[in-house]
Amino acid sequence: MPAQSSEVAPEQTALCASVQQVSKLFGSFAALRQVSVDFEPGRCYVLLGENGAGKSTLLRILAGLLRPTMGKITVFDKHEPHDARERIGYMSHAPMLYDELTAVENLRYFAKLYPGRQCLAPEEVLRQVGLDPALTRTIGQYSQGMRQRTSLARVLMPIPELLLLDEPFSNMDVESVRQMVELLAGFRHASRTIVLTTHQRELAAPIADWALTLRAGRVASLDRGSPTL
Amino acid sequence: MNSPLWTHLVKDLRIEWRSFDAIISMLFFSGLVVVLFSLAFDPRGEFSQQIAGGVLCVATMFASVSALNQAWTREIRHQVMDAQRMAPASEAQLFLAKVIANFLFVTICQVVLAPVFFILYNLQVAGEAWKLALVLPLGTWALVSNGVFFAALAMSSRSRELVLSIILFPIFIPALLAMVLATGSILTGDGDPNLWIKMLVAYDIIFTTVSLLLFETVLHAE
Repeated sequence: MPAQSSEVAPEQTALCASVQQVSKLFGSFAALRQVSVDFEPGRCYVLLGENGAGKSTLLRILAGLLRPTMGKITVFDKHEPHDARERIGYMSHAPMLYDELTAVENLRYFAKLYPGRQCLAPEEVLRQVGLDPALTRTIGQYSQGMRQRTSLARVLMPIPELLLLDEPFSNMDVESVRQMVELLAGFRHASRTIVLTTHQRELAAPIADWALTLRAGRVASLDRGSPTL
Repeated sequence: MNSPLWTHLVKDLRIEWRSFDAIISMLFFSGLVVVLFSLAFDPRGEFSQQIAGGVLCVATMFASVSALNQAWTREIRHQVMDAQRMAPASEAQLFLAKVIANFLFVTICQVVLAPVFFILYNLQVAGEAWKLALVLPLGTWALVSNGVFFAALAMSSRSRELVLSIILFPIFIPALLAMVLATGSILTGDGDPNLWIKMLVAYDIIFTTVSLLLFETVLHAE
């Protein structure tokens, strides 16, 4: 049953993002089939589903990195997410960082690509994700979990209003996940929207407002509250 | 110096400084080409004076391609390019910074190679030597700006190294001809290299402008 806009946003609030009847084809393979979801500001949406269900594709479409084959998408009242890109933060499976630079060098580099936007100081945001900004090791010498945290720091640094996180808890130990969830909870309380995908639904439960399950590219269910175990 | 162009450029130079990947591979490759040509032809004959320009240009071209193939490798790895695509900084500045960085790498290679080349081929510059300082950078810019652009175009291709050579070489032919003829003319003192230098300037302006205009489309292509 595809989720209708009215199911997701019963209140008359300005939407952060909206996808209407969106389909995405890769050749003859349909990664998304007529997906309709509205994303309210200040809410955390957890996307669930098996591998190949279309979670990452939906995130990439919201980020403006993929164009839908059919359907309409609106992000911050723009019909092209690319036009609102400075307000969107996207973290993928890959760290999206240069291996040859240190964490601070990477963050300084990306901060300068946001001219005119107030960014958090690299050192401050690294401390927030539990990393020592004084580390002189390059990212290539980091563990997978440390790269994941640095990647989150990169995404949080320009203070995005829509945060898209693809498997943010993978490769992280329990304590790191707890810290990350706390950080994301604070982010959501500042009226910012989080859309994250995970296979570890129990980890996202403390911050989830909506659990959206995708199956074979369609919305299988949309439940208010934490994803059930 | 907070412009994105400068930021991209400093990042590329810093990464190269830490690895020397591009410069070492270029030096090795171009050195090999120059030595092989010196073995294939008698480097002390009059003939060497005539072919030396071509040898230097071809050595630069092959060496540059080895570096240009790697131009976007670091951006493809770990999807860094996606982070750059999502940043609001202009795409043209990313392109221009990459061209300038690679231009510097090739120029360093040429500066190191030039004395070896002059010694091996026993060259005497019969024409106006200072014009070499115009011809080589103009030809290098033509090669690098096209190479960086087509390397970006070939990014999503599985056999991108082959694709780059197949697209780049035919498009570079007019600039290569101008570069070879101008260098030959300066080395032998025969003919006027000015026409070829003007052609290189026009080629650089046209192809750099077109690449700058099209780069955003190429970068955001799925």
